[in-house]
Amino acid sequence: MTAAVDNLPGRGAAIEPRGPKPKRLTPARIGIYAFLIIASIFFLLPLWVMVTTSLKTLPEIRLGEIFSLPQQPTFDAWFKAWDTACTGRDCNGLKPGFWNSVKISALSVPISILIAMLNGYALSFWKYKGADLFFALLLFGAFVPYQVVMYPIIIGLSRVGLFGTLPGIVIIHTIFGMSILTLLYRNFFASLPAELFKAARVDGAGFWQIFFRIMLPMSVPITIVAIILQVTGIWNDFLFGLVFAGRENMPMTVQLNNIVQTTTGTREYNVNMAAIILTATVSLVIYFLSGKWFVRGIAAGAVKG
Amino acid sequence: MKKFLPVVATMAAAMLATTAVRAADVEVIHWWTSGGEQAAVTVFANEFDALGGDKWIDTAIALGETARAAVMQRALGGDPPEAAQFNPGRQYEELIAAGLLLDLTPLAEAEGWSDIVRPDTIESSCHIDGKWWCVPVNIHSWQWGWASIPAFEKVGLAVPKNMDEFIAAAPKLKEAGIIPFAVGGDGGGWQISGMAGVLQLNMLGVELRDKIFRDLDTAAAAGPEVTKVFETVRSLQQYSDDGSVGRNWNDTTNLVITDAAAFQIMGDWARGEFSVAGEQPGVDYECVAGPADKPYLNTGGDIFVFFKQNDPDVERAQLKLASMMINPRVQALFNNAKGSLPVRDDVDMSLADACMKKGLALLADPATVVADVGQYRTEDFNIQMNDLWTDFWFNPETTVEQAQARFVDLIANAD
Amino acid sequence: MADIAAARAAGAKPGVGGRGGGLRRRRLQLIPSIISTLPMAATAIGVFIICIIFTIIWSFTNSKLFPTFNFVGLDQYERLWATPKWQVSVSNVWVFGVVSMAGNLVFGYLLAVFMDQRIRQEDLFRTIFLYPVALSGVVTGLVWQWMMDPNLGIQEAVRNMGWTNFQFAPLVQPETALYGMVVAGIWGGVGVTMAILLAGLRGVDTEVWKAAKVDGIPAWRTYLFIALPMMKGAVITAVILQAVGVIRVFDLVIAMTGGGPGIATQMPAVYVVQAINTRAVGQGMAAATMMLLPVALIIAVQFVFRWRAKLRAERLATR
Repeated sequence: MTAAVDNLPGRGAAIEPRGPKPKRLTPARIGIYAFLIIASIFFLLPLWVMVTTSLKTLPEIRLGEIFSLPQQPTFDAWFKAWDTACTGRDCNGLKPGFWNSVKISALSVPISILIAMLNGYALSFWKYKGADLFFALLLFGAFVPYQVVMYPIIIGLSRVGLFGTLPGIVIIHTIFGMSILTLLYRNFFASLPAELFKAARVDGAGFWQIFFRIMLPMSVPITIVAIILQVTGIWNDFLFGLVFAGRENMPMTVQLNNIVQTTTGTREYNVNMAAIILTATVSLVIYFLSGKWFVRGIAAGAVKG
Repeated sequence: MKKFLPVVATMAAAMLATTAVRAADVEVIHWWTSGGEQAAVTVFANEFDALGGDKWIDTAIALGETARAAVMQRALGGDPPEAAQFNPGRQYEELIAAGLLLDLTPLAEAEGWSDIVRPDTIESSCHIDGKWWCVPVNIHSWQWGWASIPAFEKVGLAVPKNMDEFIAAAPKLKEAGIIPFAVGGDGGGWQISGMAGVLQLNMLGVELRDKIFRDLDTAAAAGPEVTKVFETVRSLQQYSDDGSVGRNWNDTTNLVITDAAAFQIMGDWARGEFSVAGEQPGVDYECVAGPADKPYLNTGGDIFVFFKQNDPDVERAQLKLASMMINPRVQALFNNAKGSLPVRDDVDMSLADACMKKGLALLADPATVVADVGQYRTEDFNIQMNDLWTDFWFNPETTVEQAQARFVDLIANAD
Repeated sequence: MADIAAARAAGAKPGVGGRGGGLRRRRLQLIPSIISTLPMAATAIGVFIICIIFTIIWSFTNSKLFPTFNFVGLDQYERLWATPKWQVSVSNVWVFGVVSMAGNLVFGYLLAVFMDQRIRQEDLFRTIFLYPVALSGVVTGLVWQWMMDPNLGIQEAVRNMGWTNFQFAPLVQPETALYGMVVAGIWGGVGVTMAILLAGLRGVDTEVWKAAKVDGIPAWRTYLFIALPMMKGAVITAVILQAVGVIRVFDLVIAMTGGGPGIATQMPAVYVVQAINTRAVGQGMAAATMMLLPVALIIAVQFVFRWRAKLRAERLATR
């Protein structure tokens, strides 16, 4: 019975659906599809609203028909959101922030993942005294809302001169992603067959060799999950960017907030929606490209708890 | 010919000066993001850039509270901007105490700010203990009502001159499908708090108001005059609309501009919106001073502080900006765009429209000029007042007694 | 497979420590491990111990903008609990937390169950259910705020379709605003719950399903009373992830309601940040410390359970 409960995830068999493929369309099957389709409508509705609103003109929006298709779809709002929407004196839209967000994400994602991967690897196979304590503290930290430590961190970062710099914001993202990512990786590595590691040790491989030759290649599914999680979190981050990134590195989300919060006369809902979509695009694209891996990775890392 | 040599000498000196000095970037954090505000800040930015060499780097952050928070965090973190907008009062007292601000006293004395800047309430917000820590750039007053003339004409009533007249007209407006009282509930309730403050000043008079907010007299805070203020605010609630939740101030003004709403109590920065929309005072809209028969003009406004950057080139640029912001020509352009009053008398306000002229007339009369109540207390206190008023406005379960009790509590614990 | 499970139960782990080799050799081999986990150690100690300690210390001071050590005893806490904004935010986080977690688990499990039925286009459905997770709280809040707008959102659209008395503007009334947020929160987060629970379902041995079918137990009963208890790991993970998200909820509040109407949707995390922003740092630190207490409690409870489970396992092994 324990064997059944401890079914090792990470194996492909655990992910595929179970049982024979149903052939007939019984009422029960119709009911299932109906439920799923209704649920899908609930999920897709906001996306529909976002896209159609961004393609409408303002007078059409004021008619209050949020579900209707645009009568004369136009990308004007998109151009404005990207290029000319005003915040204060500068009318440059979201563009300036885009590259800053790229910079921040491109640095923070790989660094935070690498560190968490090493953590998980070390915790699973090379435990030293005190490692578990650090890990427990990290887990505790996962629950700690960052607002609790935001103020001491500002003071701390400013003392080492990293406040308002790119390295500073990268460090922030690494710190706050470490708990969940390390948990993911540790669970993943712990679920791998023990022979793998033992065999490598018998062959005389050391810490770094096993890591690079065996563990790294094996951890692709979970790494994809980690990438998705981190890109989503870091790309969409607002508060950290506003506080810690510094003037030169203001991410896109800050611009988005400005555009949405400011109105020059009338609130331009279509521009706001276009701006929202543009801001969300990167993490959405990454998600669409890798959805299946996401589920596999969650199964591998999260089910063991 | 006599003038020739000095002119040449000055020009030569200027050319030498500009070539010898490094141009600096001056980052300015502000929260001027609406249409009228944007026009005004563009004046500052363009004028500064036109002076040559140094550049205005614009960091606009929507909503005053958010912008001030960003400035404070960056000051805390050791990376403050070169210049930052604040409201006159105590918002920046910790910055002064921590020695983070550039001392503008030499510049102020050279240009004679103490003699030029008026009224006293504005001058003393920057001229503290003999030193100048900021440059005031305008005067704004909350004590204004903005009325849509077409809306009132629709129900056959005259534009109200005080709150009693408005409350009498409100039911008719509501019947006609017009939103009688436009107010916005965003930003933690600062608009509601400001509106309540206007009624407070009108109904309590300046002495009683100062007794409560400046001298922290809890007995006065618990008194029946204050109760009446709460009751009046509560009675206005029924005349506002559902959309007021989370609506920002210029969207609310827009309701009056488009005649969907009849009346808004808002500071004179609203005038910028009317002007950008092409509306004429006396034709499309009316600005009601007070709104009361004997209106006050409370002197809020905006000031700019400059953070020490430990770089003489930057400091030079900062002082240049400070001097520019207060010179008469720029003051005229800026205040006309923004709808505020200049901080000096020798400014050409001939282009001012009817509403600003009303304001200027009030400013000239010392009996009507009072300090802005926000100047007496810290931002922490003011935010708690915002919480109080926004809860009172939107939560029908908070009674007048509860709200007043909380108010007394705040006054008792204020520091 | 069976002996691995047995070895696990006995507490042995694959790895370096334990058997073989000299003590010194073992220690040497652990050095790369120690070095590579320095960031973790630094974070664990620097951030999660030292910073938290400072937060707690400063909550007993009257720090305004810059931290001081003017101790004022419990003043900040007295002020905190006398402040309506804080009281409301505490009750809000509990209500929001319980309702959205329950909603997420139920809806998530339902989705997982339905997805488990060998349906066609499973990938498509899964993509649809999960994509909101790739959106930030700000985006989620803004879009739902737009849809719940009384004049331009769903209410108006449905009214234009003919149902003139349709009401759907929860964000306008203080009583319902929080539930409006719950809807947006569930929309944004249930995909992850579904994915975790689905993976858990698929991790249940096929023998169990076959046995239930042979015994004639209807499918829904199997799902509810047999499979679910076997997925404890997955359920716990889902609950933990959600609990973490609830305590931190900030972006959603700011984007969707700004804490309003009035103070009806205030949350502790928002209170802390607002206090810091308005230079009442001591107050913010007090609120932050209060936010830590339930967290510490959960960890302590978990710790106790684990410890007891370990004891039990050791007792079993020595039998």
